[in-house]
Amino acid sequence: MSEQANSLKKPTQGVLGYIPALLERIGAESIYYLEQAGRMGIFLFACLWNAIRPPYKLFPIVRQIHFIGYRSIFVILFTGSFTGMVLALQGYYTLRKFGSEGLLGSAVALSLLRELGPVIAALMVVGRAGSAICAEIGIMRNSEQIDALECMAIDPYKYLMVPKFVAGIISMPLLTFIFDMAGILGGYLIGVGLLGVPGGSYFQEMYRSVDWADVEMGLVKALVFGLLIIWISAAKGYFLHLERTGGFGAEGVSRTTTSAVVLSSVAILVWDYLISAILL
Amino acid sequence: METPQRNIAIELVDVERSFGRQQVLKKINLVVEEGTTTVIVGASGQGKSVILKHMLGLLKPDRGQVLVYGQDLTALRKAQLKEVRKDYGVLFQNVALFDSMNIYDNVALPLRERTDATEAEIRANVEEKLALMDLEGVNEKYPAQLSGGMKKRVGLARALVMDPRIVFFDEPTTGLDVSKSNEIYRLFHKTQARLKYTAVIVSHDVPKIFKLADRVALISGGVIEGCMSPEEFQLSDNETIRAFVRETMGPIYCSAEEERFIHEEA
Repeated sequence: MSEQANSLKKPTQGVLGYIPALLERIGAESIYYLEQAGRMGIFLFACLWNAIRPPYKLFPIVRQIHFIGYRSIFVILFTGSFTGMVLALQGYYTLRKFGSEGLLGSAVALSLLRELGPVIAALMVVGRAGSAICAEIGIMRNSEQIDALECMAIDPYKYLMVPKFVAGIISMPLLTFIFDMAGILGGYLIGVGLLGVPGGSYFQEMYRSVDWADVEMGLVKALVFGLLIIWISAAKGYFLHLERTGGFGAEGVSRTTTSAVVLSSVAILVWDYLISAILL
Repeated sequence: METPQRNIAIELVDVERSFGRQQVLKKINLVVEEGTTTVIVGASGQGKSVILKHMLGLLKPDRGQVLVYGQDLTALRKAQLKEVRKDYGVLFQNVALFDSMNIYDNVALPLRERTDATEAEIRANVEEKLALMDLEGVNEKYPAQLSGGMKKRVGLARALVMDPRIVFFDEPTTGLDVSKSNEIYRLFHKTQARLKYTAVIVSHDVPKIFKLADRVALISGGVIEGCMSPEEFQLSDNETIRAFVRETMGPIYCSAEEERFIHEEA
C-alpha cells in the first residue's frame, strides 16, 4: 500500500525533487576538495619549515639524491637524446622550406632549454621517483609505520619528508640540464651527422640565440617541478588513510599511486604554462 | 590490606570518542598507576585499541581529558606531545617494524634520531636489548625474514631501547601459538623486573594475562567496568564482568558463591 503511495508521489515532485540532493552533493564535494587542499597546503608548509629548522642531517639527503637523481640519469640521458634527435629531424625539414637549416642548432637548444627539457625530464622523474615515493610512504602509513615513528617521538616530516624534498629540489635542475645536454648532442648527431647541417653553424647559431633568460626559465621550471613532484607524491602517500575511495590495503596504495602520478603530471603541465606566461 | 601510595602515570577523565555515527567510547575513566601493569580486556571491537591510541596521542577525544603525568595530551602542542612521547615505548599489534630496514637499524633508529650517542654506544645498547630478547645473529635480517614471534621480540626490543617509563602493548600475543606467547610473557616479566616500567596491555588472552596484571579493566559498551586486581575481577559481582569472565574462562572460574565460601572457611 505504502509502496503504491510512494510511486504515485514521485512523479509529482518531478525534477525539482532532485535539487536538494544535488545541492547536498555539491556541498559535500566542495568541502572534500577544500579539506584536501588545506591538508596539502599544511603538509607543504610543515615540510619546508622542518627543512630550514635544525638539526640538519646530510646522509639521508645524499641517499635520496642517489635515488631520485643519480638513478634517473640513465633514463634522462636516453629520453633526452631521442628528444633532441627527433627535434633535429622535424626542425630540419621545416627550416629547409625557408632555406635556413643553419638555424637548426638554435631551434633545438631553445625548445629544449625553455620547454621540453624541464617538462619531459619532470615527467620521467614522476614516473620513476614520484610513484615510488608515494607507494613507499603509502605502505608505511598503511602498516602503521608512520604511527610508530610518531610514538617514538620521531617527527615523520623531519625524518621522512625533508630529505626527499631537499633531494628533489637539488636533483631536478641537474637532471634537466643533463637532459638538455643529451638533447643538444642528439640533435647534433642527426642534424650534422645525418642531414648534413654544417657543424660550425649548429653551435654558432646556438651560441648567438640562447640568452641567460632561456637558461633561467628552464632552471625556474625545474625547481618548481621538483618541488611539485615530491609534494604531491609524498602528500598523497602520507594522507592515504584519508582518501575518500578508501586507502586500504594493496589496492588502496596502487590507486593512490596512480592518482599521484596523474596529478603530478597534470600539475607539471599547468605550472609549465603559468611559469612561461609569467617569465615571457 | 595496605597498598603503598603510588603516583598516577596516566589518567583518562570522561573520555568520549565517536567515529561517524558510532560512539565507541562513551565515558571512559581509567587510572594507570606508576610501576604497575594495567591490562585492558574486552571483546573484539569494543574499543580497546582506541583507548590505547588516545593514550598515545594518536587520536584526540571528542570530549574529556587524557592526563599523562598530569599533562593533558589534548591541550598539548605537537612539540610538547613529542616530549611526552619520549617516555613511551610501544609494541604495536602488527609490530610495525620498518620493513625496508634491517633488524639492527630498526632497533637503533630511536637512538640515532633522538640521541647524540656515538655509533659504538648505539651498537652496545642495541646488542644488549637484542640479547635481552634472546635474539642473536639476526642483525642483518629484514623483518619479512623473521617469524611472527621473533618480530614481536624485535618490536619489544625497539620499544625498550630508549628505557621508557611507560610501555604500551597492543595485543602482544595475537597470532602466536601457546609457547610463543608464553615466551613473550616471560620476556615481558623479565624486562619489567629489570627496567621497572609502567605497562599498559591491551589483550584478550584471558585468563593467562591475569597472571601479569596488577589491575584489570574491562571495556564493554563504551565504558570501563571496574579497574581492579585480577582476583577481585574474577570474583566481581558486576553483571558485565561476570558475563565476561564466564564467557572467556568458563563457568569454573566464576562460581563466586563457592569461592566466597572457601574464603570464609579460610
